[in-house]
Amino acid sequence: MSLLKVKNLRVSYDDDAVVDAISFSVRRGESVGIVGESGSGKSQTVLSILGLLPSDAVVSGSIVFDGQELMKLSDRKLDRVRAVRIGMVFQDPMQALNPYLRIGQQLRQILIQHELATGSDADAKVMAMLNRVGLPDAERQFRAFPHELSGGMRQRVMIASALICEPDLLIADEPTTALDVTVQAQILDLLEDLRDDTALLLITHDLGIVAGRCERLLVLEGGKLIESGATVSIFSAPQHAHTKKLLAAAPRIDRGDILPAVGGRTVLGVERASVGYAGAAKEQLVAVSDVSLSLREAETLAIVGESGSGKSSLVRGLLGLIPMRAGRVVYAGESLHGPVQTRAAAQRRDLQLVFQDPLSALNPQMRVATIVGEPLLVHEPKQSAAQRKARVIEALERVGLTASLLRRYPHQLSGGQAQRVAIARALILKPRILICDEAVASLDGSVREQVLKLLRDVQTETGLSIIFISHDLGVVRSIAHRVAVMYLGRLLEVADTATLFSKPGHPYTRALLAASPVPDPLVAPRGAPLKGEVPSLLTPPSGCVFHPRCEFAEDACREKRPELREFSGARVACHRVADIS
Amino acid sequence: MKKSAGVLLFILLLAIVGPWLSPNDYLGTNFDALLRSPQLAGMHLFGTDDLGRDLFVRTMLGIRVTLMVAVVASLVSLVIGVTYGAVAGYVGGRVDAVMMRFVDTLYALPFIFFVILLMVAFERNFLLIFVAIGAINWLDMARIVRGQTLSLREREFVDAARLTGVSTPRIIFRHIAPNLLGIVVVYVTLTIPQAILVESFLSFLGLGVQEPQTSLGALVDAGVNKMEGASWMLLIPASLLAVILMSFNFLGDALRDFFDAKHKQ
Repeated sequence: MSLLKVKNLRVSYDDDAVVDAISFSVRRGESVGIVGESGSGKSQTVLSILGLLPSDAVVSGSIVFDGQELMKLSDRKLDRVRAVRIGMVFQDPMQALNPYLRIGQQLRQILIQHELATGSDADAKVMAMLNRVGLPDAERQFRAFPHELSGGMRQRVMIASALICEPDLLIADEPTTALDVTVQAQILDLLEDLRDDTALLLITHDLGIVAGRCERLLVLEGGKLIESGATVSIFSAPQHAHTKKLLAAAPRIDRGDILPAVGGRTVLGVERASVGYAGAAKEQLVAVSDVSLSLREAETLAIVGESGSGKSSLVRGLLGLIPMRAGRVVYAGESLHGPVQTRAAAQRRDLQLVFQDPLSALNPQMRVATIVGEPLLVHEPKQSAAQRKARVIEALERVGLTASLLRRYPHQLSGGQAQRVAIARALILKPRILICDEAVASLDGSVREQVLKLLRDVQTETGLSIIFISHDLGVVRSIAHRVAVMYLGRLLEVADTATLFSKPGHPYTRALLAASPVPDPLVAPRGAPLKGEVPSLLTPPSGCVFHPRCEFAEDACREKRPELREFSGARVACHRVADIS
Repeated sequence: MKKSAGVLLFILLLAIVGPWLSPNDYLGTNFDALLRSPQLAGMHLFGTDDLGRDLFVRTMLGIRVTLMVAVVASLVSLVIGVTYGAVAGYVGGRVDAVMMRFVDTLYALPFIFFVILLMVAFERNFLLIFVAIGAINWLDMARIVRGQTLSLREREFVDAARLTGVSTPRIIFRHIAPNLLGIVVVYVTLTIPQAILVESFLSFLGLGVQEPQTSLGALVDAGVNKMEGASWMLLIPASLLAVILMSFNFLGDALRDFFDAKHKQ
């Protein structure tokens, strides 16, 4: 008998159906993945199972959980079902944990509220659960507040709180989207290990996550269930056109064309750059130390790394948005220094930046025409309004948009349109170098493909050089000529894309590749994920910054900082690279 | 929005035209008609006060004064406060520290002492009320705007503008200021009632509007003294004051939506 049976579920707001006639069931102990792009209705489906939809939602259909119709239950009874028998893990654990309660208290009160344990018995249960989810030093974390834990640790606590009542069904809504890739692998493994006979409903936009971990898949598009079936058969023989599109758009680190290295002359050089922030109480936070890089003409150089690696700080430093501590940036034979306002106009117009979140990078109070036209107003003030408008339309058409958007505000654009507008603004002055800071991270698969193609096309036509910052190795593989790997403010490896993906030199590069999910159930997961999390920048490890997490670390790694050295076609900063390859 | 604006416009129009239509004037005392309740006889629509002056005309005059003080004082605080706060917040660093310590110093100055100083330095002057009220109101505005600017400055569209080479004044006035409008408009609708109250307080102390001039605040004060027996002297100006304050509040809400691009199609 199925544990959860959803029949003809429909959720609508003002007669707009966001979930339309969805039916599916989950058996006991089964793991089912729900995949779809943003707006496909996957979160709405889950929220309606939990009865957590906002009050203006109109819900119809039937949701039967273990023989009980949830839609007809009173709030009180529903409360008990969803607290005790259904566990929930949210995307952002910082939002889901109460910042004013200690970790132990939060878990304790779940047990006490539902009369599952009392007093010291409850404490013991909580402690056992915290140990099970692999929280190091659980004794101490029991008394810690949520903000004292790292992102990965918080998500472990969330999982503990979801599992503490031993539910029959565990729902995880994008549980790893806010986490770094090496931590993501740990959390997914943890979910898999702990759930025993608990059924799992895993909601995600990332096909790589469900590929190896869910027995069955539900594919949603525009509120409709367009395809369902065994994971292996959906990946090997997708039926619906949209599923095919999703699969084709999923970036892969193990196949697809790799761009060959380009040989052109160097356009931008970064020499021994350090970027830091003055923190409170004399603490000096060094975000980037001693990084040297060069960018060639018509080349895409990717910078990859987890959060705290300093990749964004590095480009902000070289652009002059934040001050550089040391080192220099050489562009077209001239040294770039000082804040961006004091730089020569020509230098400013040649270096442009595209941000991660287009909605935050576009002024919400300005129309598209003003946003895209503003660089012209600054750099070519003599142009007439009509000339400027023509240039704006030309720039919009270049990125695949039409003049009909000119009078729109940013919030009236879709995510993909907004990012194109941001790219049009960056390209309108015809810069020589474009820096993309996680520019496709917030976009859905199919839109991401279009934006990547646009960048490649512009590069082919104009010889633009691109610095492409990303945490997603699959995306990097498809667009970069060369890749630089950063960790905790240091550059660990620089190599041609082909070399990096086939023969990664640095242990960290290998770990990143191993942790990146592959959207193919037939590709086995590659080895155990990296242990631990990225240390704080305020207290960087001695010697090689990666040594606390490195399985090959020895005494030399703890004491002496490795320099970048040539090693079989790449430049790697590792003492032991020769021994381990 | 239309309703509250309509009410305000109607009251304003009445305040301008009303005294012209009435046979009475605000000065004329009539000792045969002391403390009359509202009546058509003698066209004392709002009654008369203890000196026999026609309250309809005096109330209209009071509305004029009150609205003028409130609107002008709020505009003064708006212009100074927004400019000052946005510059301090955006430029930051030492400039910010110096500018905000100056604000703190002004805060520390006792308000009444400040007003009396003004009165001593200059002679009693209607304009001084504007100066006094504006001088305290812009401090709050500057602090609020500075706080907002500090967070807006970190937004990426400001970085994007800096990268393009947009000049600092243009960033402050074209990029940051429009995004402040929502909170500023709401705050102005709070300062208008505040200014009205401060004005009536000053008038009560004899530092504000001087007899025979009057304001809604002064009329309410007079009405409080006579509320037993001549309740209209309190009720009419007080309810008009309430209607005006509420209309400003509703108007503020509507204006905030109007200025927010998210509500534009």
